[in-house]
Amino acid sequence: MNWKFFCDRAGRGLTLFCAALVIVLTVSIIYFISSKGLATFFTNGISLREFLLSDQWAPDRAAVDGGPLVGAKAFIAGSVLVSLLAVGVSAPLGIIVAVFIVEIAPGWGQRVLQPAVELLAGIPSVVYGYIGLSLLVPLIRTYLGGGGFSLLAGFLVLSVMILPTIISVSTDSIRALPVEWKHASYALGSTRWQTIRMVLVPAARSGLITAVVLGMARAFGEALAVQMVIGNTREIPTSILSPMMTLTSAITMDMGATVMGTTWNNALWSMGLLLLLMSLCFILIIRVVVRRGAVQ
Amino acid sequence: MNARARDRAATIMFWVGAGLVLLILGTLIGYIFYHGLKSIDWRFITSPPQSIRAGGGIGPQIFNSFYILILTMAISIPIGLLAGIYLAEYAGRSRLAEAVRVAIETLTSLPSIVVGLFGLLVFVNATGWGYSLMSGALALTVFNLPFLVRVSEESIRGVTRELAEGSLALGATHWQTIWRIIIPGAFPSLITGIIITSGRVFGEAAALLYTAGMSSPALDFSNWNIFSPDSPLNPFRPAETLAVHIWKVNSEGIIPDVRRVADGSAAMLVMVVLAFNFGARWLGRYIHRRLTAA
Repeated sequence: MNWKFFCDRAGRGLTLFCAALVIVLTVSIIYFISSKGLATFFTNGISLREFLLSDQWAPDRAAVDGGPLVGAKAFIAGSVLVSLLAVGVSAPLGIIVAVFIVEIAPGWGQRVLQPAVELLAGIPSVVYGYIGLSLLVPLIRTYLGGGGFSLLAGFLVLSVMILPTIISVSTDSIRALPVEWKHASYALGSTRWQTIRMVLVPAARSGLITAVVLGMARAFGEALAVQMVIGNTREIPTSILSPMMTLTSAITMDMGATVMGTTWNNALWSMGLLLLLMSLCFILIIRVVVRRGAVQ
Repeated sequence: MNARARDRAATIMFWVGAGLVLLILGTLIGYIFYHGLKSIDWRFITSPPQSIRAGGGIGPQIFNSFYILILTMAISIPIGLLAGIYLAEYAGRSRLAEAVRVAIETLTSLPSIVVGLFGLLVFVNATGWGYSLMSGALALTVFNLPFLVRVSEESIRGVTRELAEGSLALGATHWQTIWRIIIPGAFPSLITGIIITSGRVFGEAAALLYTAGMSSPALDFSNWNIFSPDSPLNPFRPAETLAVHIWKVNSEGIIPDVRRVADGSAAMLVMVVLAFNFGARWLGRYIHRRLTAA
């Protein structure tokens, strides 16, 4: 066999190997995180029910006193609450801006707003956290009371962070719509707002839902930016101004401070597993939404 | 009339939304640079940090950030490019290709703290390296790979098909065509994509907390022996990067000038990331012009 054809074969094999590596990597992440995360339930004998539904968190309590207690409900509630609120702010604003870029002022939107959104996407998450910490937290403390470190600060920081994701995915999906639909709507005498509300947004629905779910996923998994501004107390927040804790911030704070193999440490791995499962869930939702959208 | 008034109101709402986003961006960038540039000077970006006293700099952190970026890219570019070539050129609609796509989607949406946990388990503990630059670079490879595969696949798909067909018609093998025709054609967008992902890697912190570590040993910048523990080039030493430093001084710093150090580091980090973003676009356009003479 001559050298040229050998290279051709070997090259193909090499690319196949690298592609397979991506799959192996993904599977091993799921395997390793699961094997550590499940130890809480199998090795330490904590029930799944206790982990998910109890808010009793005393992982360092001795066994004679009834410990260790690793109910993660407060963290789970914190994560869900902060990301839902962030999406609540960001989804409407993001979709408004996306429509603006495509429909209201395409020239200006593309020249100014799109680069602005890319810039916003480029800012590292610790910087978002730091701005939240040094600008937003003191503002909240001064004008709204409380310590400043709060659910409010957390979801505001997150909502700005996920805005670029929501805007860019929404923009793409609105832009991909056939222009004839818009023309038809105008020809029937609709105003621009009626066209946007009754033709464009419903038609781009699956793309918009994807955008919002991606934003939600990003908010749910964000660690440092949130950890820096929410105060990190192990309670379910009672008001928008009270401090709280999320799954990610619990992992960030305690992973380095606990010893591998202890119940406390294993509980943190279980939280990591929960984050992993949630992100798989989000992907599944997107897949279903996209397939439904394609069928219609 | 009613419909028209509503249309007006809606238009105003859209403008307000757009204005709000610009206002947020302006505030963020203005705030970072207004506070940051006051604390950046030559001494600050070259001297080592202080653990208790004021007056520390971020020299080693900046070095670590770039070093870990280079290591990450050295590992992830070959893998990402080859996997991208597989998807664009060989895979077609096979089962395996579908599996790779699902894997990439999974990796993309993985929270970076989970990537960090995986790194802690495999690259820090299982390898026995402890917190090290190499562990951090491998964790960042996991973080970066899905984006890089996507960038390569899209750049390769963007190349005109006729060029490749011409090459094949002249008797070149598929592999020769890929390297002599397709990759050069995809080069401008490939470079742009790679630099933009570099910006993301440079700013990442959560994946590094428990892989590259949160401390930097005293470094001797005249020591070029990569096996020596105080050599900056040793890839098996712990290394705190700039992004991690911002988090660390704020959450557990006991230096009196936290504010100054954090402001300066944040401005420095944002400047580098923005330079990557703008540089990528400019370079992409430049190479495109040079290669196509358009």
